[in-house]
Amino acid sequence: MTGILRFLQGCVRLVTRGSRWYYAWLALLAIMIATGIAGYSSQFRHGLIATNMRDQVSWAFYIGNFTFLVGVAAAAVLLVVPAYVYQWKPIKEVVVLGEMLAISALIMCLLYILVDTGSPQNLWHIFPLVGRPNFPSSMLVWDAIVLNGYLLINATVVIHILYKLFHGQDYNKKIVVPLVLLSIPWAVGIHTVTAFLYNGMAARPYWNASILAPRFLASAFCSGPAILLVLFQVLRKTTRFNIPDEAIWKIAELMAYTMFFNLFLLGAEIFKEFYSNTEHVVFTRYLFFGLHGHRAVAPFAWFAVAASFAAFLLFVIPRTRRNAVTLNLGCFLIFAGVFIEKGMGLVIPGMTPDTLGEIYEYTPTMVEWMVAAGVFGIGFLVYTLLVKIAVPILEGRFTAGMERPLDAAPGGQVAH
Amino acid sequence: MVLLRGGLAALAAAAAAAAVAGSPSPPPAAQPEAKPPTAAEYDTPAPPFELGLFPCTGCHTDAGNPKPRELGFHDEQQPLRHGQNLWCLDCHDQKKRDFLHLINGEQLPFSESYRLCGQCHGDKLRDWKVGVHGKRIGRWDGKKTYYLCVQCHNPHAPRFKGVETKEIGGVVMQRPIATPTRPEPAPRRPQEAR
Amino acid sequence: MSATGNRSLPVLQQAAPEARAEDPSRRQFLQAAAAAGAAAALGACDVEGALRRHFKELSKDEVARLLAKIERDHARRFGKKDWKATALGPRPGVEFGYGLDLSRCIGCRRCVYACVKENNQSRDPQIHWIRVLEMDKVRGVDVIESDIYYQADAVPRPGKFYMPVQCHQCRNPPCVKVCPVQATWTEPDGITVVDYDWCIGCRCCMAACPYGARHFNWTEPHIEAAEVNPDLHILGNRVRPKGVVEKCTFCIQRTRAGRYPACVEICPVGARKFGNLLDPSSEIRYVMENKRVFVFKEELNTRPRFYYFYAT
Repeated sequence: MTGILRFLQGCVRLVTRGSRWYYAWLALLAIMIATGIAGYSSQFRHGLIATNMRDQVSWAFYIGNFTFLVGVAAAAVLLVVPAYVYQWKPIKEVVVLGEMLAISALIMCLLYILVDTGSPQNLWHIFPLVGRPNFPSSMLVWDAIVLNGYLLINATVVIHILYKLFHGQDYNKKIVVPLVLLSIPWAVGIHTVTAFLYNGMAARPYWNASILAPRFLASAFCSGPAILLVLFQVLRKTTRFNIPDEAIWKIAELMAYTMFFNLFLLGAEIFKEFYSNTEHVVFTRYLFFGLHGHRAVAPFAWFAVAASFAAFLLFVIPRTRRNAVTLNLGCFLIFAGVFIEKGMGLVIPGMTPDTLGEIYEYTPTMVEWMVAAGVFGIGFLVYTLLVKIAVPILEGRFTAGMERPLDAAPGGQVAH
Repeated sequence: MVLLRGGLAALAAAAAAAAVAGSPSPPPAAQPEAKPPTAAEYDTPAPPFELGLFPCTGCHTDAGNPKPRELGFHDEQQPLRHGQNLWCLDCHDQKKRDFLHLINGEQLPFSESYRLCGQCHGDKLRDWKVGVHGKRIGRWDGKKTYYLCVQCHNPHAPRFKGVETKEIGGVVMQRPIATPTRPEPAPRRPQEAR
Repeated sequence: MSATGNRSLPVLQQAAPEARAEDPSRRQFLQAAAAAGAAAALGACDVEGALRRHFKELSKDEVARLLAKIERDHARRFGKKDWKATALGPRPGVEFGYGLDLSRCIGCRRCVYACVKENNQSRDPQIHWIRVLEMDKVRGVDVIESDIYYQADAVPRPGKFYMPVQCHQCRNPPCVKVCPVQATWTEPDGITVVDYDWCIGCRCCMAACPYGARHFNWTEPHIEAAEVNPDLHILGNRVRPKGVVEKCTFCIQRTRAGRYPACVEICPVGARKFGNLLDPSSEIRYVMENKRVFVFKEELNTRPRFYYFYAT
């Protein structure tokens, strides 16, 4: 008991001390979360009419963000594979940081589902035994199972590794290795199930395409690691983490290849839509060109394609890949591009025109922006706190034997 | 002339009888709807007369002139836009002015006017009897009230234009009008819901 | 002629269709525990409502109590009226079918508003269970070019025809397939119903429905007290809560009592046909055997019980 108390005290100490940038970051997150709470209380009181969703476009910003974040959660873990294959030294760190990103992304996913539900007090109806889940027919039930299972796997691995390290021991391979190995196909699984949620709807021809699941995976793999790339660069500067340039460049290179595959699949879809030119082309037309004067989404769609293509170039050309400025620009572009393409760029054209041919132009309301800010704030906060605790443990600066965690100056000098 | 009329009458009677007899009675069903009623059993509402128009004997007290011609009165019913070479007394009975008559001479009240329409429009009558042409209200598993043909089709200009529901003499009834129907308002667009 | 003012026949409250063959007690305990936790966590005012199980699992007594509660709630909210809530079950040997005569519909929308009055839809925000598409005769059934918001002084407009769309009560319903909590299911008489207290409001069913037939209560429904129809069915026209899905139920409160749906009765030109598909002498069977019938979006294999036809 005292051990846990000491641990918690140490954690509190770690998360409450940092540079002024750290405090500014926390303040920003606090503002975002407060905004989210204000937005959600308005929505909870009045109902989802506080959003701009209506019968004609009944899924929008929240579900779009959810879809994108499932991809991030899946991709974060998949860095394990190249880390292992290319034998990166800090593979343990990569695994832990990746899985913590997955945990944060998953928490955001679950929060987005919560805020999108019309009767959240009934959400317990989806659980087995107490509720009445529509298994195996409903993809949302599958999604609930695989997302929560993935959260459990990642949490177990992270807690185990950190706990063992905290006590100065190595992790138990018999626990960690099978779970990490399991998490890889499971990561593919969570995003495939999310794709199937859309894919299975025959009423929405834009989604009812076999290419959806492969596209989800491709776009997840190319966008998810972008966050980790940025994080690794930050950690290199602020902690003793030694992630070599080669590892970072390799990740960027792999993202280039997956982005190529993503663009290839996009091209395949474009061919099918415009060459066959059936009535179903209206959805793709609406996305890129607008329909009947409604053109709200088109600029974003073109930006997403341009950003994706630009990021691909930046990552595939070795010179731009190795330049820190262009590398990070590429990270931003790839993240933004896939965020649009898989978020609003997937959900909105799927529902516009609706099943009876009606076009309702959706744009998020202030409440939706506020709630989204809150959810992202919570997710970033969770990740920030996890990293703030995990990095000292991984570096050996925060162990059970210490009175309190050792501070580390930039460059790795350990101060007492 | 008389022979022709007699032959026509016989033919018409046979046709009318066949129309009334209809198809063989349906086999009993697990949950049968009411058996299709015979002619006299169709429950219909009161015919939608203009106020003051019925009874006809209110004005018509003499034998009348059987010669087909343009009348000096009944402007709303003229010129007759129904079929070809027809005139009033082909449907309205000359002897009993408050009644119509079939080709065989049988007189029938206005509440059974569908039998008269069905003489020429047998396919419509066949569909009407099973409720597929025209309108019925009531119970799908029991008693139904059949709307008369004349509640959608003005017998003097039967091509459908529009209908209205109006109170006439204290009774709400539907009747045909010469202009298309006024629709109910369009739904509100989703953007208008806040 | 307005619809007859007959009350529904006084019928015995029928319990939910089939009993589920499983041990209810453990389920009940776990459900009660979880629900109590959820209710406490969310500070739900209606604890009994939060604890309630799925409609299909309620006993006869619980249904009776729930109906009484519904009547009380409506009376409290809308004032004194002759509230009558029923859970009337399906009749054996009955499967409802619907026919819509495209050669007759004039697009007057009387069906839309009769449905709203009969089924207690929210007036503000406005919910319509029936949507009438105006289309060009030249183009035929082309949904993308159709118009729901047509305004006219008179219908039918030249060169146009009209196609009302509502829940098709499909035999292979995509909405039932995707609902994560089984809040929507098909009854033995063919009607797809929603347990409004069980629905979580995720709107998967709305995304899955090809006919745009399902509608969401984006906020608390608003109806003037004077306009509320007091003859209620628990799976039909009771006033819905905020945050749940609703749709046409073939006027379950009328049709299970043997009456025509409101839309059928109000249609001034008799374009709507309704009856028991299992009865060979019904009007709907006559339509299917004698008229040119087609199914909307047939390629999606929903196999609806709602058919469009041309009588001429």
